[in-house]
Amino acid sequence: MDILLLTPEWTLVAFSLAIILLELFIKDRAIIEGITICGLVISMLVSLIFLINLPVGNTYFAFNGMLNIDHIALIFNVVFTGAAILVVLASKDYFISRFQNNLSEYFALIMVSTTGMMLMAAANELITIYLSLELAGISLYVLAGYLKDNTSAEASLKYLLLGALASAVFLYGMALVFGFTGTTQLNDIALYTNGIQRNPILIAGIILLMGGLGFKIGAVPFHMWIPDVYEGAPTPVTAFLSVASKAAGFAVIMRTFITAFSMPTWLSQDWGTIFAILAVITMLTGNIIAIPQTNIKRMLGYSSIAQAGYIMVGLAALGVSQSTVSSGQSSILFFLISYTLTNLGAFISIIIATNAIRSDLIIDFSGLGKRSPLLALALTLCLISLIGMPPAAGFIAKFYIFRSAIQGNLLWLVIIAVLNSVISAYYYLRVVKVMWLGRQESEEKIPSSWPLKLALGISCLGVLVLGIIPGSLMHVAQLAANIF
Amino acid sequence: MMINYLSLIVFLPLIGAIIIGLFGKRDKHTKWIAAVFTFIPMVLSFLLFASFNRTVEGIQFEEKIPWIPAIGANYHLGVDGLSLPLVILTAFLGFMVVLISWKEHYRTREYFSWLLLLETSILGVFTSLDLLLFFLFWEIEIVPMYFLISIWGSGRKEYSAIKYVVYTLFGSALMLAGILSLYFTTGSLNMVELASRGLGMVQTAIPAAAIFFLLLIGFAVKLPVVPLHTWLPDAHTDAPTAGSVMLAGSLIKMGGYGIIRICVSVFPQVAKDYAFPLAILAVVSILYGAALTLRQTDLKRLIAYSSVSHMGVVLLGVFALGEISITGATLQMFSHGILTGLMFAVAGLTMHNVHERDLRKLGGLSRQIPVIGVVFVIAGLGSLGLPLTSGFAAEFITFAGSFISTTVSGIKILVIISAISVVLAAGYILWMVQRTFYGPVREEFNGVKDADTVDKIYMFAFIVLTLLVGIYPAILTEIIKTGVIPIIRLLGL
Repeated sequence: MDILLLTPEWTLVAFSLAIILLELFIKDRAIIEGITICGLVISMLVSLIFLINLPVGNTYFAFNGMLNIDHIALIFNVVFTGAAILVVLASKDYFISRFQNNLSEYFALIMVSTTGMMLMAAANELITIYLSLELAGISLYVLAGYLKDNTSAEASLKYLLLGALASAVFLYGMALVFGFTGTTQLNDIALYTNGIQRNPILIAGIILLMGGLGFKIGAVPFHMWIPDVYEGAPTPVTAFLSVASKAAGFAVIMRTFITAFSMPTWLSQDWGTIFAILAVITMLTGNIIAIPQTNIKRMLGYSSIAQAGYIMVGLAALGVSQSTVSSGQSSILFFLISYTLTNLGAFISIIIATNAIRSDLIIDFSGLGKRSPLLALALTLCLISLIGMPPAAGFIAKFYIFRSAIQGNLLWLVIIAVLNSVISAYYYLRVVKVMWLGRQESEEKIPSSWPLKLALGISCLGVLVLGIIPGSLMHVAQLAANIF
Repeated sequence: MMINYLSLIVFLPLIGAIIIGLFGKRDKHTKWIAAVFTFIPMVLSFLLFASFNRTVEGIQFEEKIPWIPAIGANYHLGVDGLSLPLVILTAFLGFMVVLISWKEHYRTREYFSWLLLLETSILGVFTSLDLLLFFLFWEIEIVPMYFLISIWGSGRKEYSAIKYVVYTLFGSALMLAGILSLYFTTGSLNMVELASRGLGMVQTAIPAAAIFFLLLIGFAVKLPVVPLHTWLPDAHTDAPTAGSVMLAGSLIKMGGYGIIRICVSVFPQVAKDYAFPLAILAVVSILYGAALTLRQTDLKRLIAYSSVSHMGVVLLGVFALGEISITGATLQMFSHGILTGLMFAVAGLTMHNVHERDLRKLGGLSRQIPVIGVVFVIAGLGSLGLPLTSGFAAEFITFAGSFISTTVSGIKILVIISAISVVLAAGYILWMVQRTFYGPVREEFNGVKDADTVDKIYMFAFIVLTLLVGIYPAILTEIIKTGVIPIIRLLGL
């Protein structure tokens, strides 16, 4: 029975093993890509079936409480597989020119990483969290170095070393929490922490957990890996990292902190306040350092640091007040979905553009509006969504998060956050300006194959739809959040 | 049969923009599509004007469908006496700018798309009765304006465009915080409900004054109020003609409208408490704006600074908190929209034909381009408030209404001081007209093109409107009154 609950995960594992073997026999890369997409689609469909059939308010504890398959986990499953599908579609032209070997391992690693992330979203127990963190992470470390040039190798190495450090910190925190409570299962930890006095060991453990998880989401001051890894990794991998890995990190944080550490009230307010302060420095650092960037991938790296800061405003709202737990959660869920679509849209446009332009510098995007207006329009829409302006999904997402923050009495935080959106407008609009006002470098149209166009179309459509009719998704998110 | 007039008026330009974006291959087609999709909203708005019931107060032509039930946001449109004149103004200007841009040939398709999208968003702001919808439309105008200024503008266009965007976003960021706080303390996003219920419910953890000022700053950036006005000269000067007309004619009125509709209606007590300091700021805007205008040597920059001064009159009328003064403020918004729209249009035409915008280098043009000269003089006289033009009606009603207002003590002194601006206005307008069109004829301007048919059409339309309102202001004030009286009632008068 429990194994059946994990169908999305082991389907992906099976497919990833299958394509590694199949590459020995099948030389046609299109078939291999097709099989990967099949595997991801099957996994997504199974998650959706579970999602629809799971009665609201129910959760399934699998393997003695190790995993908690509830609505939130299933929604995240859909997000991760969706992101992976779009990334695999977008990888189509990228590799033809850059490398030919090890293609099936690339897809296999993406699928394995997705599996790790799905387990992260469902993990209900500290050791499982650690294992799934590593599963997702190690695949990504390898993927970051796939281009095998100096920048890529540097990215991979930095990611590996800093990731290992973060995991070690997380492990230490886990050990302290275990030592204090005697258990690693999150629900049981909640039983032990309820009603205790302020205890330095527990707090130290929680802070170390925050440190390890903060690395994953790119919070300041654990963010130093992001610009280098984003710049050096192959752009589809960067896209995948920036959305799925971040979403997985937030899924873990939400589950851990809400399940295990939300009682007693002083504890929840403590970590809520810490998240608020981290949110402020994350937003400020991300937005301010993004301004002088000249490489678009690096700029998007800092931008994703700032976006993590906005989500952390939602986390602060979760902690600081009991009444906002479910609205905070649903708004974070909505933001992550909107952010996934937006960032993927941005990165896919960049992939299409850089396939022809062969440069990651912003000034080389000059005149894109003339060469390929639809592409420039798609990128403009995604950048506008990142600023947080209507009619894009980013506006509604920020509106929801700030609303739950105000409900948690954090008006000062919301004011800082909205002012940060203003600062961010400057560097996002700079790209828009270069595209539409810059002189054209060359006359030729930018070619792209249909999977890329499909992926870009899906992302942009999602951004617009969520921006104009967000009601149904918000409803789903609220239903899911009410279980916690 | 219930026709959703407001939705049509708001969204027809957007549909036009999409059609142009997808199918506008030939410039000729683009222009005509734009003309059709702005003409119809203008006609519909005149229809609304005719069928507006002037005997009842409250919202008419209301449309309400649930949009995001989870947070109580509705697609809620409606007009009352306050917003109808502004809707008519925007729809009118929307068509006029298409005529003004008739000879545009650089990237025409994008140009008209952005122009029509801009019109949709401004119309949406004026008709919106749900705070989230209001804010959504408020933000949407930023993107078209950015592109219009930075691609088709002149001078330091990219600098002015980004300055405009950052300034506006700053204001609207604070406005968003204000809207969220308001939503949290009252649980409602419905502007009509908020105005009639007022605050004073649930746990007002956030003081009303704080929310008032958060919202006010957002509107003050737009209006603009000194000292948040420094984006205006750059944006107006460096924008293309049609952009300046839309910006000065209709976009900045969003600020005034927001102050009356949201700040004063929902927070009457806070408005009363802070009316005097805000009225002082209005007087500063009026006089400082006028003083700066006198120093300008660039044609468009001069008109831009005069807008700061005229909008100060609006602010004065609003915070005098009297029935006649707020009516006058609304009339001033309408009249200024028409007159400054005309001034920018004519100035743009002059600059386009003569290729010169520095006042020190112009002169004697009335010999060479008489038609433009006459229209320019009329526009200028309206702007300085000559009787028979709407400028006089608006300013007189505002000043008189503020003077007799009993809500704010000490307002009489402020009104007397602001009346000096009339003299200053006469100064800069007459000086500008004299420098451009009169004086010795300059040889280099011989053979300069005068207004052609399309130009004459829109100039005529503007002049007709301003004279109509100037000679018989009651056609508008009787509508405006129905919107203002409920607000005055809220102020407890």
